Amino acid sequence: MSEIRSVSGLTDSLSVSPEKRQAQWNKAVLIFFFLLPGFVLLVTFLVIPIGQAAYYSLYNWNGLGPLDDFIGFDNYVRAIGQNVFRGAIWHSLIIMVMSLLVQLPLAMTLALILVRGELRFQKFFRTLFFLPYVFSEIIAAYIWLYVYNPRGGLLNEFLSIFNPNIAGTAWLADLDTVLVAIFFVLTWKFFGFHMLLYMAGLQNISQEVEDSARVSGANEWQVLRYITLPMMGGTISLSVFLSILGSFQQFIVVWILTEGGPAYRSELIVTYLYKFGIQRMQLGFGSSLAIILFLMTLVFSIGYQRTVLRQTLAE
Amino acid sequence: MRKLRIALMILLLAAGMVLVACGGQTDEDSAEDTTAEDTTAQEDTSTEDTASSEEAEAPADTGDECSEVVEIEWWHISTIEAEQAYWQSKADAFMADNPCVQINITVLENEAFKARLTTVMQSGEPPDIFQSWGGGVLWAYADAGLLRDITPELEGEWRDSIAAQSALELFGKDGAYYGVPWEWGAVGMYYNKDLFEQAGLDPENPPATWSEFLSAVQTLKDAGITPITVGEGDKWPGHFWWVYLAIQNGGQQAFLDAFNRTGSFTDAPFVKAGEDLQDLIALEPFPEGYLGFSYNDSAAVFGNGEAAMELMGQWHQNVQKDSSEDGEGVANLGWFRFPAVEGGAGNPSDVLGGGDGFGIGKDAPDAAVEFVRFLTNAENQIDALDTVGFGPPTAAGAQSAITDPVQQQILEARNNAEYFQLYYDQFLPPAVGGTVNDAVEQIFAGVASPEEAAQQIEDSAALELGN
Repeated sequence: MSEIRSVSGLTDSLSVSPEKRQAQWNKAVLIFFFLLPGFVLLVTFLVIPIGQAAYYSLYNWNGLGPLDDFIGFDNYVRAIGQNVFRGAIWHSLIIMVMSLLVQLPLAMTLALILVRGELRFQKFFRTLFFLPYVFSEIIAAYIWLYVYNPRGGLLNEFLSIFNPNIAGTAWLADLDTVLVAIFFVLTWKFFGFHMLLYMAGLQNISQEVEDSARVSGANEWQVLRYITLPMMGGTISLSVFLSILGSFQQFIVVWILTEGGPAYRSELIVTYLYKFGIQRMQLGFGSSLAIILFLMTLVFSIGYQRTVLRQTLAE
Repeated sequence: MRKLRIALMILLLAAGMVLVACGGQTDEDSAEDTTAEDTTAQEDTSTEDTASSEEAEAPADTGDECSEVVEIEWWHISTIEAEQAYWQSKADAFMADNPCVQINITVLENEAFKARLTTVMQSGEPPDIFQSWGGGVLWAYADAGLLRDITPELEGEWRDSIAAQSALELFGKDGAYYGVPWEWGAVGMYYNKDLFEQAGLDPENPPATWSEFLSAVQTLKDAGITPITVGEGDKWPGHFWWVYLAIQNGGQQAFLDAFNRTGSFTDAPFVKAGEDLQDLIALEPFPEGYLGFSYNDSAAVFGNGEAAMELMGQWHQNVQKDSSEDGEGVANLGWFRFPAVEGGAGNPSDVLGGGDGFGIGKDAPDAAVEFVRFLTNAENQIDALDTVGFGPPTAAGAQSAITDPVQQQILEARNNAEYFQLYYDQFLPPAVGGTVNDAVEQIFAGVASPEEAAQQIEDSAALELGN
């Protein structure tokens, strides 16, 4: 707000005394220099690389030597025509939908229990649930690699207490279970973050509003449905936003657990990009994938901000 | 007016940006200049060094008189402790003789190495000496001018000392050489003789044809023994199976036709290779979860005696031992050639193989080339065999030092191969090699038919090698 005011103040000052004009001018220079570092960083590390990727994506280029094989939009045509890439987008969508349907409700439930439920050891549980998020993704993935290990991993050892046939099941090597197994790890890793967001949101809702609804005869479900959740609208739409973006950009956990395998069954957009762009030295093709991912997230982000976020913020 | 002001502000901002960008440019330019100066300076000093070291040889022990220390960056992938220690000892020995040389070793795990090397190559800063398998990947670097041509140093004595000339050719292109092999072998079937005996198979008479092989697999399975293990999670171990079947079905000609684009990877032998592989997979000979096994997981299964066979390269003898629970590995280890496919165009002596070599980065100092010459001389290759037991050496003078029967068999297969094929995933351009690995994995997983797998490889080859 202050910048806007100063800018408009600046224009008003044109007809005002020279001293005041001088002061306003100084202020403008000051603002310029404050903005400069951030602007330079943004341009160097974001705008220029995106531009470069867009440029590379028009070439058949292995990352070594000069760019001399211009092929127009062939890379894009090839990417979109590939089953594996379409599969990768599909898997990213599955992860996204499952996150929204499972991970976020789970986080909300736990947040409600921790904040509203009169729980003993509340702090202990809060820390416990948040702990996975604190781990680096690499460490978390390696932990789960051991848990899932078909040869004496924790999960199979535990499950075979109930069903001895389960010992030896390779969850990450099975075409049908691999995506679910990965989703489980992602949920474990990230629900704590969303839980914390929701807890913060809940703490901002005055208990009195809920109490007055109760006095008016609403039952607990109605309080939750018509008072608490609507009042958390802003928090929820933010966490949905982050969750969707996260699903599209997920890489580390999947790469360590399966590298997108077996047979591309857990390939996500970014693992596909890394595998085909970097590992196979097709930087031109990889750049076209990056641009596709960039456009997808850009369109989604702008669309989401224009619609959902603006609406909830307006409330 | 307001608009004008805002426009002015934006203009200023843009001007500032341009200024900053220009600043960066000049910085970069001057940096380039200085590095250029540096390298010339380095070259100067290195020639000086060699000159001075020659002079200094008389008063040898005056020691630290180096005007400048020549640093050599060396990346290798020998993560096994004994091998690491061996390389370090050789580097130490070389540094002791050449006090002005500092060798910095970076040890990387295989997969991590490949990822990191690709990155530094793309940024144009290769290490001076690095692990290389030769072939398409190395050629791609050479084409981009990222490697040092060592032909002048190689010609003559050094070149003549190398027995595996076909291997050396994979480190050169169009008459220029960018590295040398130091260990070169063949992929073959390792088998556990005790388990063969237990299943009622003759351990001294392993299967020689594909149908004999399939029936041996069935016999092992009937005896309750897991016949074969493969680390398909890493994909390249599985590609050995398909490629060997393609070699046995189509011989050298089929591959050359497909590679030179007079034929195709959808030609009959390549499809037949997939069908033969399917016949094997249909017997369910692999341990549960093998699609997720890394090579090391699989080597542990074999080393622990939990599976009877594994198709693998010359290094496997050490790795299965190192990966096994008791550190001893298979007690009665045997090796046989990949079985011949009946009616196939391949020759039973045809070999799929490869080995390790050193690639030389573009900025490598002369001392780095000298060091590689030192590492690959017969004396050191014999030492390598004695102390760590690497695979078959490339130096002719070192071959007689191989005493282990399995390694002798591998050496013999390598030297007598009528057609020696380097691993596809190294010989072909990286994108095609990667596609071969993925396509074969899909056959293993049962999600692609032999035709589909062949088609995927052909599509990628058409793109990279031309139509």
